Amino acid sequence: MGAKHFGARVKRLEDPALLSGRGRFVDDVKLPGVLHACFVRSQHAHAMVRSIDSETALSLPGVHAVLTADDLPEPMRRMPMPMLLPNPAIAVSRTQTVLARDEVYYVGQPVALVIADSRYIAEDAAAAVDVAYDVCAAVGDCRDAIRDGAPRAHSDLDTNIAARFPLAYGDVDAAFAKAAHVFTEVLWQHRGGGMAIETRAVLANHDPVTDVLTVWSGTQTPHLGRGMLADLLGRSVESIRFIAPDVGGGFGPKAIFYPEEAVIPAAAQKIGRPVKWIEDRREHFLCATQERDQYWDVSIAVDAGGRILGVRGRMLHDSGAFVPWGIILPYIAAVTVPGPYVVPAFHLETIVALTNKVPTTPVRGAGRPQAVFAMERLLDRVARELQIDRAEVRRRNFIKPEQMPYAVGLLFRDGKPLVYDSGDYPKGQDAALKLANYATFRERQRKALDEGRLIGIGIGNYVEGTGLGPFEGVTVRVLPSGKVAVATGATHQGQGTRTTLSQIVAEQVGCRLEDIVMTIGDTGAIAQGVGAFASRQAVNAGCSAHYAGQAVRKRIITLAARALGVNENDIELEDGMAIATTGNKPTIPFGELARMAQGIPGVSLPAGQAAGLEQTAYYAPSQAAYCSGTHVAEVEVDHMTGGVKIVKYTVAHDSGRVINPIIVDGQVQGGVAHGIGNALLEWMQYDANAQPLTTTFADYMMPMAPDVPTCAIAHVETANPLNPLGVKGAGEGGTIPAPAAIISAIEDALSPFNVHFAATPLTPERIVAALRAAGAYEKMFAA
Amino acid sequence: MKPAPFDYHAPQHLKEAAELLASLPNAKILAGGQSLVPMMNFRYVIVDHLVDLGGIDDLRGIAVGDGRLRIGAMMRQRDLEFSPEIARHCPLMSEALHHVGHRQTRNRGTIGGSLAHADPAAELPAVCAVYDAVVHIASIRGLRAVPFAEFTTGYMATALEPDEMIAAIELSLWRNGHGYGFHEFARRHGDFALAGAAALLDIGADNVVRRAALALFGVAEQPARLDAAEATLTGKVLDSTAIQTAAAAAWLVEPISDIHAGGDYRRHLAQVLSARALTDAARRAGVDL
Amino acid sequence: MSKRATRISVNGKSHARVVDARLTLADFLRHELGLTGTHLGCEHGVCGACTVLVDGRSARSCLMFAVQANGSEVTTVEGLTPDDGLSVLQQAFVDNHGLQCGFCTPGMLITLTELLRENDDPSEDEVREVLTGNLCRCTGYAGIVAAALDAAKRLRGGPGS
Repeated sequence: MGAKHFGARVKRLEDPALLSGRGRFVDDVKLPGVLHACFVRSQHAHAMVRSIDSETALSLPGVHAVLTADDLPEPMRRMPMPMLLPNPAIAVSRTQTVLARDEVYYVGQPVALVIADSRYIAEDAAAAVDVAYDVCAAVGDCRDAIRDGAPRAHSDLDTNIAARFPLAYGDVDAAFAKAAHVFTEVLWQHRGGGMAIETRAVLANHDPVTDVLTVWSGTQTPHLGRGMLADLLGRSVESIRFIAPDVGGGFGPKAIFYPEEAVIPAAAQKIGRPVKWIEDRREHFLCATQERDQYWDVSIAVDAGGRILGVRGRMLHDSGAFVPWGIILPYIAAVTVPGPYVVPAFHLETIVALTNKVPTTPVRGAGRPQAVFAMERLLDRVARELQIDRAEVRRRNFIKPEQMPYAVGLLFRDGKPLVYDSGDYPKGQDAALKLANYATFRERQRKALDEGRLIGIGIGNYVEGTGLGPFEGVTVRVLPSGKVAVATGATHQGQGTRTTLSQIVAEQVGCRLEDIVMTIGDTGAIAQGVGAFASRQAVNAGCSAHYAGQAVRKRIITLAARALGVNENDIELEDGMAIATTGNKPTIPFGELARMAQGIPGVSLPAGQAAGLEQTAYYAPSQAAYCSGTHVAEVEVDHMTGGVKIVKYTVAHDSGRVINPIIVDGQVQGGVAHGIGNALLEWMQYDANAQPLTTTFADYMMPMAPDVPTCAIAHVETANPLNPLGVKGAGEGGTIPAPAAIISAIEDALSPFNVHFAATPLTPERIVAALRAAGAYEKMFAA
Repeated sequence: MKPAPFDYHAPQHLKEAAELLASLPNAKILAGGQSLVPMMNFRYVIVDHLVDLGGIDDLRGIAVGDGRLRIGAMMRQRDLEFSPEIARHCPLMSEALHHVGHRQTRNRGTIGGSLAHADPAAELPAVCAVYDAVVHIASIRGLRAVPFAEFTTGYMATALEPDEMIAAIELSLWRNGHGYGFHEFARRHGDFALAGAAALLDIGADNVVRRAALALFGVAEQPARLDAAEATLTGKVLDSTAIQTAAAAAWLVEPISDIHAGGDYRRHLAQVLSARALTDAARRAGVDL
Repeated sequence: MSKRATRISVNGKSHARVVDARLTLADFLRHELGLTGTHLGCEHGVCGACTVLVDGRSARSCLMFAVQANGSEVTTVEGLTPDDGLSVLQQAFVDNHGLQCGFCTPGMLITLTELLRENDDPSEDEVREVLTGNLCRCTGYAGIVAAALDAAKRLRGGPGS
């Protein structure tokens, strides 16, 4: 029987409320008596805190409190925030205290909290808090950080190196020694951020009667938040309810737990009134975590036919001032380098440096864009030097589908060997090239050149480990009303969680989509959870929904068979009704079965019948689920101004079996927008003293509607053999190879000038500088 | 990002506004607010008194006569963008306005506000420069007229005294059928221009240039008329070489350098865009290059 | 004066309030009137999440003070929504996957409402250009542009609408 809901283009259930302005984001939650918070933040990248004088601030009308570290309860007063991802390679496992005590380590680090009647007054008071600092030397560039004699990012440490780890397999020295050709690329990818349109937000309320602390936060991970807060407050997790309501975009930075998510609840508890903090955009630029900022020096060894013999090199990763998520980010980057290619030998040395900037943690792509940039630039170099077509050199090196499952030779960040479960990379690339009309491109390029126009094409391939553990949970419960209540620790920042999980539950349980009432991202609704990051929810929550739904289906059938007096295999479920297929086909609605399942007080349940009509399933994947894809970017370059227009963008995307094609395509398209931003526009700049220079949307360039063409998307579905739905994650594939494909296309467009690019963002100014150095303007403008 | 506290005043007449500006300490004019209010929200600017000119009828209107076009300072950019008089008499301004910010900012932003704010990357000041505009300034001391060349005095600085406001801008019209060209380069549509050029050409018989005006914006600290370039064109036959020579003179401007673009890149853009603007102006004036 | 009596009509209903001069129109709508559909994303006039109509013209409500809207008619996303169901434009957003997190969406709807009132047959380039005043970080704009063109077609009443 064909699937009714799974795989269908179901229109999103979330949309009507959001479209009519009835979304419920943190700032929309109204609590009577709420007070408003504003943080006092360090304006220095590195300084010792000498004193904090709140007298003037406290004297302003409407100001209720000014809290510093010493006003916080134990243990958060002194305890650094817990570090969730330990790793023996980390020599300096440092996290920040929720409010700075004696030393501040990045511009924007929170030092004190003002609480007032309104945010307006709180900001007035925050400006009046007088913090005396002794400014220290700051380290702003990770390359400087690892030099001898560099200023210390932390005054008590004698190093700026937080971690160092090699990743290797095979005999890389032998590979390079015997290679026909060796090419080296020195590459750089800038710092940037997720930059969701909704900034961070925390609202906390302590009920003194029940002693429950309720926190609303614009987070991707409410259960993790609850656990962190419990540790920092010395409370039981049961006494905390952590809720992620509607969240206006996540993209990674909202997956980590921030100091503000601890301080605001502590303040609410202390003051005895609800406290709300809505981050403003300037704070977001300073304090929300960022990504990239890696320097790569990599070499590839190939035979005469361009087949890879080995890859080796070094990568320097800027962690910022702390390591809140350990070394996940550089680790993911490092193991992503081999990608969809057979790389017989590999050695990458990674150094993680501390600088006086806000920490780096995963942002859409999570280190993979940098790795793909490295590998794809190396392959483009091979193609160029050996005069092999860029698609062909990739084809010669692909892992073939018959080699699946393919063990790369490294351990992935999930602790398991990096084994690609499935994928057909040649098919993906072929699909993308066909859709992009790659075969006729050279002819189009020649014609354009005759007209004085420079167009180019570029390719980028990637493999991405998604669906990471440890688990996610879904409860499915049929209510006496006939509604089906679903609760999950999965969360929603735009990826359509409610719709996709409803499709899976409805498919299994046999109810209508509109009968499902779902609670998302509320620790009060389901005991355990993890949340959204690493494109994990479709796999984890999806499979949990499947298993829970399946179990409930079985129970419905058993109850219905008993109630209707037929065999279990004579029962069909449709639209919330159990229907007997024999006799005069009696029916019974789910609601009545739910009531029956509650039993009668004092009376034993019939043999074999379980209590209630519900099931909670926690799916725990055995390993990551590997997606892949190919991007083909076609660009036009104005070589006089350096302006780049993306003319056509094509994606072949394999994220396994697709729950809802509309949503997957939306994720791909949205991911590509981030990729375009990373390649051409976005750059979080700091000066030599680690002072942030781009702190507004006027300075930090986000892609706008004319900058992002509508992608042509080809779907390749290699089902994941390791989970019952065959699904993989879809959230980041649109971003990962985009910079590689776009930079390659620009270089291709400018091939008459023979320029080479190895850094992003590739700004028009950089293009013009390269062209000038190549003599492109010599004959113009007799200046 | 909330602004610091201030008192708000909404005068209904020019005289009242002038008196408020003269008597209130640390008072600033609120015109469109699209530049001022962000700065207030960031608290880069602390204002004690905000004088909203939005209710003053005398500051609105467009009038044509005597070879001049007079625009009230509080005219919203959007109204100018779709004004038939502007399109007919100053087509360069209509063209330039498509590049000024975004729809929402043009709905509120004013021409007076743009000139007074004097952002080096702003388009309208450059248009005023090529049309030899006269800025009419009002205060309790009465009215005074300042030629545009003397109006901007430096980086985001003008000849306005703290208690003065722009009342109107008067452009000198060029002959019907004059050529005009406008090119700017910005990272994204509506962004501040990294460089831009505005050109006017009046071409006579045999393609001889009777009159030329070329101004750069976004390149230097204030909009710059390229006298040297104009001199190379005036009285000569207009062809591609003449345009390239004139455009080359753009390199002589003293450029700004910041995180968005360095000085040499701006000068390079200035040359490229000058050539493009002059080429468009030539084409519109009927010259076949 | 730092406080001022104002009378602002919002979605057809008149509200008389005494407000702080520095209270932005956005905060007035959200907190004074409880119309939380209008969102704040940057408070410096770039992201467009706060876009409303003031006397029929789109404006960034984070760059206006409530006192400036005295005597004006303001329309928010709530005012674009019919009592039962969704408008043609809103339905087009559903049908074309024009939103993901929904945070930028009210601003998008306002901007597109203004566009479609003035231009009943915009080109794709015209739609993209007018949307430069509204940032979206989720959708990559494709669904929003498709929704705008689809709504235009339906409102024109053409074939296939």
